[in-house]
Amino acid sequence: MAKGDPGAPARGRRAAPRSRKATTGDPELVQLLTPSGERIESVTGPDGIEYRVDFTDEEYRGLYRDLVLVRKLDAEATALQRQGELGIWASLLGQEAAQVGSGRALRTQDMAFPTYREHGVLYCRGIDPIMPLGLFRGVDQGGWDPNEFKFNMYTIVIGAQTLHATGYAMGVAMDGKTGTDDGEAVIAYFGDGATSQGDVNEAFVWAGVFNSPLVFFCQNNQYAISEPLERQTRIPLYRRAAGFGFPGIRVDGNDVLATYAVTRHALDNARHGQGPSLIEAYTYRMGAHTTSDDPTRYRIASEVEAWQAKDPIARMKAFLEREKIADSGFFTEVDEQARREAVDLRERVLAMPNPEPSTMFDHVYPNGSPLLDEQRAQFSRYFDSFEGSAH
Amino acid sequence: MSRIKEFNLPDLGEGLTEGEILAWLVKVGDTIELNQPIVEVETAKAAVEIPAKWAGQVQAIFHPEGTTVEVGTPIIAIDTDPGAGPVEQSTTGTPATDLPTPSAASLAAVEDAPTEGAVEPGLIGGPAPGGRTAVLVGYGPRTTAAKRRPRKGTASVTSTPAATAPVQAVPAQVAPAPVQSTVEGNGRSNGVVLAKPPVRKLAKDLGVDLGTLIGSGPSGSITREDVQRAAATPAAAEPSTVSSVVSSAASFGADREQRIPVKGVRRLTAENMSRSAFTAPHVTEFLTVDVTRAMKALDRLRGRREWRDVRVSPLLLVAKAVLLAVRRHPMVNSSWAGDEIVVKEYVNLGIAAATERGLIVPNIKDAGRLTLRELADAMTDLVQTAKAGKTSPADMSGGTLTITNVGVFGVDTGTPILPPGESAILAFGAVREQPWVHKGKVKPRLVTTLGLSFDHRIIDGELGSKFLRDVGDFLADPEAALLAWT
Repeated sequence: MAKGDPGAPARGRRAAPRSRKATTGDPELVQLLTPSGERIESVTGPDGIEYRVDFTDEEYRGLYRDLVLVRKLDAEATALQRQGELGIWASLLGQEAAQVGSGRALRTQDMAFPTYREHGVLYCRGIDPIMPLGLFRGVDQGGWDPNEFKFNMYTIVIGAQTLHATGYAMGVAMDGKTGTDDGEAVIAYFGDGATSQGDVNEAFVWAGVFNSPLVFFCQNNQYAISEPLERQTRIPLYRRAAGFGFPGIRVDGNDVLATYAVTRHALDNARHGQGPSLIEAYTYRMGAHTTSDDPTRYRIASEVEAWQAKDPIARMKAFLEREKIADSGFFTEVDEQARREAVDLRERVLAMPNPEPSTMFDHVYPNGSPLLDEQRAQFSRYFDSFEGSAH
Repeated sequence: MSRIKEFNLPDLGEGLTEGEILAWLVKVGDTIELNQPIVEVETAKAAVEIPAKWAGQVQAIFHPEGTTVEVGTPIIAIDTDPGAGPVEQSTTGTPATDLPTPSAASLAAVEDAPTEGAVEPGLIGGPAPGGRTAVLVGYGPRTTAAKRRPRKGTASVTSTPAATAPVQAVPAQVAPAPVQSTVEGNGRSNGVVLAKPPVRKLAKDLGVDLGTLIGSGPSGSITREDVQRAAATPAAAEPSTVSSVVSSAASFGADREQRIPVKGVRRLTAENMSRSAFTAPHVTEFLTVDVTRAMKALDRLRGRREWRDVRVSPLLLVAKAVLLAVRRHPMVNSSWAGDEIVVKEYVNLGIAAATERGLIVPNIKDAGRLTLRELADAMTDLVQTAKAGKTSPADMSGGTLTITNVGVFGVDTGTPILPPGESAILAFGAVREQPWVHKGKVKPRLVTTLGLSFDHRIIDGELGSKFLRDVGDFLADPEAALLAWT
């Protein structure tokens, strides 16, 4: 899906309902779509930058479709885990807008470094949503080609990918691929808990010092498994960036439009050679940390309900209805498509073959190695010594 | 193939082995949709709803609410094509409480194969009997049964021990111990058996003495295979005279073991005892006392009119002795509170009582203020309440010092463990007639032994000894002690 650039003239641009300074409401939060679905034309953030989006009706509907599909596929994966078909699943429920907004803001040449929860970004990169399910089913190592889709492998180690992204971004700069409108930018995803990791702080240091074309995209979903945000920081997370010498901004992570605008701006800064920035997408993990976790043990129902009222999909739907950008036929059609894709996903997951044990030797070295070949042969002999070995 | 599908309880959270059925959200006969929540299950990690894996009609529910179910066990059967007419051996209409059993085939499948989709366990370093499954990371191996695939051309060394394995074909022979000690390079270095820790564990689990094996591994170390072979050929490990006994002996396995769930009073007792034993450094002292005079005094007491209906036991005198001795040594009636010692001016005297539910220790509140008569009544009341199983938690909390009357079981004394929070406990042994030096001559006297355990953080040997001595003095001559102390 092609998205309009903020500031660039776009077909079917909608009239401005109103604009505001970010000094109204929460001064620290960039928001273009209120929880009730009210559209704000543009917002001047505390950084003095005016954030706005100019989408066509088609593009608005596309974003809505993304949100619904991503949520539905995620729910299906959770169900599959409960039915014993996946070992574990990290649900993105509640964080769809942060992921779709930032994922759609990426350009083709931009490189993304995800955690293990970025199913929505993965979807926006055009990767078959079944790919992470193979990983969580334990039948493959992830399966997609990071270079083809410009989307690195899921990283389970908390915050480690921020260093990978920093190195990658430094390489992009060294290759001279920044400084133009078509420059490359890199985005590193992580969570609020990861900000307490040494890796993330080291990444901040290096990216800042080397002025790397990198956007640190922190989805602050308020919990590091069971630890609340106040156990991670005494100041808003985005303000940490100042100490490392680059700009930081907080955006409403349940607002797909604001997230898109803020991410697009940060990526463009990076691709133009203006260095890194930190985005704190303020959101909420509506489900468990993973399927192994029980959030009712550490947070109260009223808190979850309060965030329910800020649901990213509900506000987008309210906006589309109010502005008559979409009718009930459209919503039904999207739901039906989501249902079909979920069923398709389920059937394909159940049909996933178990891997040959010897495949663990594949992809260790790009061109193989004598030692590894020997190990593979040894293992095959051992394996063949069992009765009923098919190979 | 079959339209009736049985759903096995999956591992809901990375290495769990069981779950408790909290609530069924559907009942037999219900028509359900794909992913409709059907049951709420609580595991060690979380309470979760499980969505239906198939649409259809609930055919059977195998486990009622409140039961704990092993991972991999069928919990529900769903007819995935209810419109296609009745099913053979249909259980439709069976009430949920009348629980049917899963098909034999599906149970066999649980035994034979891992849950579908999971990587077959046991391929590498497969589980030996009582052995382990090789794991690199995670929460450890499944504890559900998994059978190892047999190796080609060799007898199964794991599942059918005595079947074929010819002893002479086994490279790592089991050697008689005397020969062993003279052999060099056989897995011993200066008399030490060489074996990796997991192999030692396996040997321990299988009951194999590593000292009797010749290792086939590097530097003569004993390998996993050596141990498994030895376990599979027990006859060779024994002298021939013993081997027949071994082969015909009854098993020492699970079929002859009883497993009792730890709960209720047993669990509480275990927790208290472990906590106390490993936090409070105990010392125990003993004193043997001639209580002949005291027993006579009790008889005289029983003969008094106003004491006619009162239960007067030797334990009553011991309780009185303890209460009087505490008055002389208040530090004994105290409790360790980390940075400070809490010395109590009141004595809530605990009496350990054996009941059908197990050991309980109710206490008599402020026993130091009671007259002997009140104390006797309180003790009678306490014992009767305990025997009736009606002791309330309040009766059992707040104890400051305890007596355990092990003498009623006919033993001389013991080394009691302190109730948590208390710093002294007295064991009162059996009163028996024994030869005793009395006034320069050996005479048959009524003698008992007291055992006092105390918390050495608070009570030094001197204080503990003086306290025990005072209790003993009272029991040796109650009248004199009363006159001297009060």
